[in-house]
Amino acid sequence: MERPADILKVDKLGKTFSVSAGLFARPLTLTALEDISFSIRQGETLGIVGESGCGKSTLGRCILQLLTPDSGRVLWMGEDIASLPKEEMRKRRRDLQIIFQDPLASLNPRMTVGEIIADPLRTLMPELDAAARRAKVLKTMEAVGLLPEMINRYPHEFSGGQAQRIGIARALITDPKLIVCDEPVSALDVSIQAQILNLLADLKDAFGLTLIFISHNLSVVRHVSDRILVLYLGRMVELAEGDDLYAAPRHPYTRALLTAVPIPDPVRARQRSIDGLEGEIPSPINPPSGCTFRTRCRFAIGLCAEQRPTLESTGTGLVACHRWRELELPAGA
Amino acid sequence: MEKVLSVHDMSVTFSLHQSEVRAVSELDFALARGETLAVVGESGSGKSQAFLAIMGLLARNGHASGRAMLGDVNLIGMAPDALDAYRGRDIAMIFQDPMTSLNPSLKVRTQLAEVLVRHQKMDQARAHKGVIDMLERVGMPEPVKRANAYPHELSGGMRQRVMIAMALLCRPKILIADEPTTALDVTVQAQMLDLFKSLTQDFGTALVLITHDLGVVAGLADRMMVMYGGRAVEKGTTDELFYDPRHPYTLGLLHSTPHVAKRARRLDPIQGLPPSLEHLPSGCAFHPRCAFRFDTCFAKRPPLAALETGREKACWVDGPLQRQAVA
Repeated sequence: MERPADILKVDKLGKTFSVSAGLFARPLTLTALEDISFSIRQGETLGIVGESGCGKSTLGRCILQLLTPDSGRVLWMGEDIASLPKEEMRKRRRDLQIIFQDPLASLNPRMTVGEIIADPLRTLMPELDAAARRAKVLKTMEAVGLLPEMINRYPHEFSGGQAQRIGIARALITDPKLIVCDEPVSALDVSIQAQILNLLADLKDAFGLTLIFISHNLSVVRHVSDRILVLYLGRMVELAEGDDLYAAPRHPYTRALLTAVPIPDPVRARQRSIDGLEGEIPSPINPPSGCTFRTRCRFAIGLCAEQRPTLESTGTGLVACHRWRELELPAGA
Repeated sequence: MEKVLSVHDMSVTFSLHQSEVRAVSELDFALARGETLAVVGESGSGKSQAFLAIMGLLARNGHASGRAMLGDVNLIGMAPDALDAYRGRDIAMIFQDPMTSLNPSLKVRTQLAEVLVRHQKMDQARAHKGVIDMLERVGMPEPVKRANAYPHELSGGMRQRVMIAMALLCRPKILIADEPTTALDVTVQAQMLDLFKSLTQDFGTALVLITHDLGVVAGLADRMMVMYGGRAVEKGTTDELFYDPRHPYTLGLLHSTPHVAKRARRLDPIQGLPPSLEHLPSGCAFHPRCAFRFDTCFAKRPPLAALETGREKACWVDGPLQRQAVA
């Protein structure tokens, strides 16, 4: 079977932020991402999961160059997009779009729905005239399930689910190849969340999109993703096919995350044992030595404090744990 | 079972500029000692407003009617001063975002001790000891150190523990938790749900869990009340509603919930949007979104009626719903 081509490659990406420690104190360095490498195939959905502060949103923004990485490269169809001249980069921006979590907060309240959706066209496809823009807006609105008469309304007249459809239309209007979905359904009601997830699946099929789906909700990520990347304190701890990750998690953190997900099935929920994680995520300003997960890991040994585990191939995926070969982790859920 | 709270015919209305909106209509339910009742619904279902009304915390333009009996005391319509004798002592409420419920300028121990000084007439020294004990009980790491911290110095999970500790200081009979874990990471959420479970068992506290997350409900609740458009549309045990839902809305919620252990190609969501309370549909408020609707549903609102097993539903469709495999 021929493997589809890699459309995006992230190579040793790193990002730090400088954090004020007080008026006269030397600023502290927060390591948001460290040594992130993976690639995405054409047409694939890659899920990125982790707890708050793990760097998942920062990673999405670095890929789109909305944040400038400190180190490493992002290769879009083989080209390092950070090194592209401005004009070239603008062309690439058509290909790379993003959908945000809070739909209403990410829409300008003083623009009409039509203006919001058309906005990317003004900079990214300036060659289109007004009539062509309007036609494109209407076509995109139809694709995401918005009625044509909504074109002159304002965002506040819409519910969260409809507002997210507007956000999706805005991302879709430039005919992108890849969309980063950053917690796109977290702010929505359950029934609306399911509608939007179905919509994303339909659009993906219809337009041949590649998706990066960032979420803290593992049930949602599981539902949409082909492969899943697990981040902890800005580092990759596991990358695997969705089915493998859920059936046989290799990293103790992945396993703990999976067993913590509430299951909407009372009998199974009562039966299962949660692999409870003690404590909370440590500060990324002063991360633990060696394996950053060791402070919460019940399998940690001396080596874990001394040496950072490198990513090793499991045959079907990658895992960063000194003990992954010897640990028998039961299925996650 | 000993009833700690029984609510009869409770409605909540809000006066707007020129109209009145009914957020909760004719709610009836009871809560037994030590049980966990999940109140499930989406935005605008009235699930939060119903319990804010019981706590006397409605916005100024809100008005509640009916009865909410705590023993032989009716909490509805009681003056705030009189309510203060029961709030915090017998019935306590915690919210989704703990930061908005904690005073940012007071140390944790100061705001927690106030509860004991006020309700239990403790002196400061005993109150502070009580605070540390309770923080320890709710699983706060390094409770003495955290007690001396300000809320902003704590993580989200720790703040929620402070809220729970504060709510439990007087060993209330009833704890109302409004989306208590929605803002938390899954691992912290799991810790919180564990904590709730042990607290209801150890203290006999009755827990009301207001949520839209059926995963949380499945692991914690004994009984469920599903609300739509301000009314209870289905009530029963958690198992009854999950494995044999009789209201199409309950079924729709189950179909909309992704399951971590199974990957379905598509979810089967409820069509359309939740209704606006100002313009509730005629007849059954759910009919515009309902796959099972027929003529009667447009014209007449189905009453909440008891089925043979004691469970209740408000729907004109008879018997079990034809359902595909749920979850």
